[in-house]
Amino acid sequence: MSELVLSIRALRVTFDTPLGPLEAVRGVDLDVHAGEMMGVVGESGSGKSVTFLAAMGLLPHQAKVSGSVMLNGQEMLGASNKVLRNMRGGLMSMIFQDPLSALNPVHRVGDQIVEMLKAHQQKMSDKDAAKRAVELLDIVGIPQASERAHQYPHEFSGGMRQRVVIAIAIANNPKVLIADEPTTALDVTVQAQILEVIERVQKSFGTAVVLITHDLGVIARVADRVNVMYAGCNVEKGGVESLFDHPSHPYTRGLLASLPHEGVERLTPIIGFPPNMLMPPPGCGFAPRCSHVTDACLASLPSLRTFSDLETACIRAEELVVKAGLS
Amino acid sequence: MTEFATISPKRMAMRRFLSHKAAVGSCVLLSIMVLAVILAPISARYGVNESVRKPPNTFLPPQKLAWFGTDDIGRDLYSRLIYGIRVSLIIGLFTAVISTVIGCVVGAVAGFRGGRFDDIVMRVTDLFLAFPFLVALLVIRNTLGSIGWLIAIIGDKSSVRFIVFLLSFFGWMGVARIVRGQVLALKEREFIEAARAVGATRRYIVRRHLLPNSIGPIMVALSFAVVGAITAESTLAFFGYGPQAGDGATSLGILVGAAKGAVQTGYWWIAVFPCFALVLISLAINFIGDALRDATDPRLDRGE
Amino acid sequence: MLRFTIRRLAWAVPTLLLVTFLVYVALRLGTDPLQSYLRTNPRASKEKIEQYKSVNGLSSNYVLGYFHWLKNFVTFNWPRSIKGSREVWPELKDAMANTIRLGTFATVVGVSIGLLVGMFAALKPGSRRDVAVNTGAFLGVSIPPYITAVLFQLVFAVYWSRWFGKTLFPTSGVYPPGHIGFDLVLMLKHMALPMMVVAIQVIATYSRYMRSSLLDVLNSDFMRTARSKGISERQILLKHGVRNALIPVVTIAALDIGSIIGGLIISENIFAYPGMGLYFLDSFTNGDFPLLMPWMVLVVASTLMFNLIADVSYAFLDPRIRLD
Repeated sequence: MSELVLSIRALRVTFDTPLGPLEAVRGVDLDVHAGEMMGVVGESGSGKSVTFLAAMGLLPHQAKVSGSVMLNGQEMLGASNKVLRNMRGGLMSMIFQDPLSALNPVHRVGDQIVEMLKAHQQKMSDKDAAKRAVELLDIVGIPQASERAHQYPHEFSGGMRQRVVIAIAIANNPKVLIADEPTTALDVTVQAQILEVIERVQKSFGTAVVLITHDLGVIARVADRVNVMYAGCNVEKGGVESLFDHPSHPYTRGLLASLPHEGVERLTPIIGFPPNMLMPPPGCGFAPRCSHVTDACLASLPSLRTFSDLETACIRAEELVVKAGLS
Repeated sequence: MTEFATISPKRMAMRRFLSHKAAVGSCVLLSIMVLAVILAPISARYGVNESVRKPPNTFLPPQKLAWFGTDDIGRDLYSRLIYGIRVSLIIGLFTAVISTVIGCVVGAVAGFRGGRFDDIVMRVTDLFLAFPFLVALLVIRNTLGSIGWLIAIIGDKSSVRFIVFLLSFFGWMGVARIVRGQVLALKEREFIEAARAVGATRRYIVRRHLLPNSIGPIMVALSFAVVGAITAESTLAFFGYGPQAGDGATSLGILVGAAKGAVQTGYWWIAVFPCFALVLISLAINFIGDALRDATDPRLDRGE
Repeated sequence: MLRFTIRRLAWAVPTLLLVTFLVYVALRLGTDPLQSYLRTNPRASKEKIEQYKSVNGLSSNYVLGYFHWLKNFVTFNWPRSIKGSREVWPELKDAMANTIRLGTFATVVGVSIGLLVGMFAALKPGSRRDVAVNTGAFLGVSIPPYITAVLFQLVFAVYWSRWFGKTLFPTSGVYPPGHIGFDLVLMLKHMALPMMVVAIQVIATYSRYMRSSLLDVLNSDFMRTARSKGISERQILLKHGVRNALIPVVTIAALDIGSIIGGLIISENIFAYPGMGLYFLDSFTNGDFPLLMPWMVLVVASTLMFNLIADVSYAFLDPRIRLD
């Protein structure tokens, strides 16, 4: 395995809301290695975005964050502002779901890239920065890059805008790129293009990419390893092929089973709803919806453990394999 | 099975409104005031044109006989204040309601239909709202007051009805713009598209979907319209153009207008009490309007 | 951008004509110019009356009359006041100068302070300073300006001299009566009170606008993107926060400036400051049509011009609007 670039341990994020404390993330451990494509899967409210917003220090002040986030061997949580600013955009950058609202509407696209460049390469001259901005637009596949650099975000289509956002994020060759649902707001055909851009960027720059999504199809296409999250916790981790082939956690199984595939006439959803994180269930987060639930499941929050070539949080993983006869 | 803590939007808005202590206090204050004003013959100690006693009775400072003192012809200021507030509140309320009704209709149509009508409405209101208000008010007042058949319907320039008409003439524009803005924002939402897909007529969509979802901004606009009307009426009265209903009837504006002269002479109560009442009413309604706006326009990360 | 401006300009001229026509109708209907003239000059000869009617475009119907008046107006053949046949332009010019001086000063000071205060409050929403700013602004907006003006007059005219023996800020006029020539200090002293009354309103209004606008912007997604770039907090605040928050505020400011020229009536009246407001009140009460029309034209032109400036500056600041 290549070197570790991002290491998250025991991350907890609790929000102070008028209705009480909301536990969005309840003890997440996660490793990202150099150059790999790590997928993070979960539904809305699973805590997948909050985890990485916390890692970048972009949460509002109502959020209480604890645990450890090591980037390139340096602790990020509680670090000084200088260190944080250095990290953001330099060592680690993020692209967001809605490219229209993510870009400042009154600044030209080229200028927004230049701003990113000059924040971390102060020695760069304005001319060089402008040139590099055009190159970056080219790399992400924007035609007529030199003209379009002078345009405003609203003059681009959704897919093009997301490419701009990617160009900004990779401007300083970060070690980690966090892509928070980058294709959710886009058409299916454009989705494929954006994924291709991200893959290309990853291969040529050697950037580690964390791809946050709720779309399993996307994960299957591009991810090397997968992290499944539910109700603020990791419930399963592993290589993408292993996970898709023999998922060990009932939630993952439910997700895969609910996908439309050949020969299936009716879709099988997972019954029930995600828990209310203001009053999370005491035991396993998935227990209320699980068809294999036992009393032990409801007793306490299980942690991740190794299970053949995966890591799982289900205490009944071995039994269930035997029961279902899954390979 | 896990339960979600559900709370209807109306209850949520109510709860948020009630958390604004100033607004709640204002509601209480205004209720008391309205009550006192409605029960005028009982709550006032003297008639609106009645002398406190036989002369000497002019310019008496506040005392047991006259709680807020007396004016230039010996009338009790406290009682006059109650009657005056009544007139001003009536003007404010009627103006606001009429302005809001007209404004909602025009704004909804303009926002929903767009096109030529919308353009014209926007241009006209733009100009009117940009023009110095008092000038426009005074000129239009004179102009409207010279149209024979109009006076026959709404009374002449000094009547309360005329003032309500005049102020509504200006008042609807602000409301129209607010409603138009809201309709524009809602027009693109999916539930409107869904309604259209099911074949709802335009009028139905406006009535059942757009207007109910605009109640928040409309209520806010209404409350600010009330304040605006009361302030405008008092400004008019300050310059001597206010309602001059006969029999010594007065309005808050007239009473405040008298403050101008009282400054030099040192009869401070003539200035202080009416001004204080006006400011209090303004503040109270503004608080309520502000709280309404916060309650019905959820922006969760305001940090407030 | 240029096309946008030109198109807007093209609309301005017909609008100006239309609005002045409406004003002409409103004044002719509302102030009864002929009656007023007769009232002020009861022994005017028949020829004088006819001349008055003719030069003011009052002889025929409204449309023709308007064009008649317009012709005289643009050829600078301006009729004189009904009172004493005074020339219009010198008085108008002085009034305009006084009001522009007062208004610009008050607005510039008010807007600058208001914007800074609004920013100050928006940066820490819910904090004590935010509450203080909110309350102050609220009071400033809720208290009608003439009450503040009367209050100031009370304090500075009546009580200050009683307490301190001499007057700090005079409460009327541009200069003390009988003063001739230019004296900056005296002028500033006389402007101080009306300026403060206006400035209070302006500060209160603009601090609320700025606070609200900035809070909206600070919660936008692109602020998060800006922060994720690792640029300095100050750059985030200024280049992204304030830059975007100013857009609606600047537009409103342009409109407000446009209405200065006729909008200081209350303060001018209370402090006897001989500006456009007082000029209007006097001529309006007298029904002095020859004095009123040029005044109206100036005010309408100013309003339209600043409406245009507001539109153009909005498009300049927010490129999304230029799609027009």
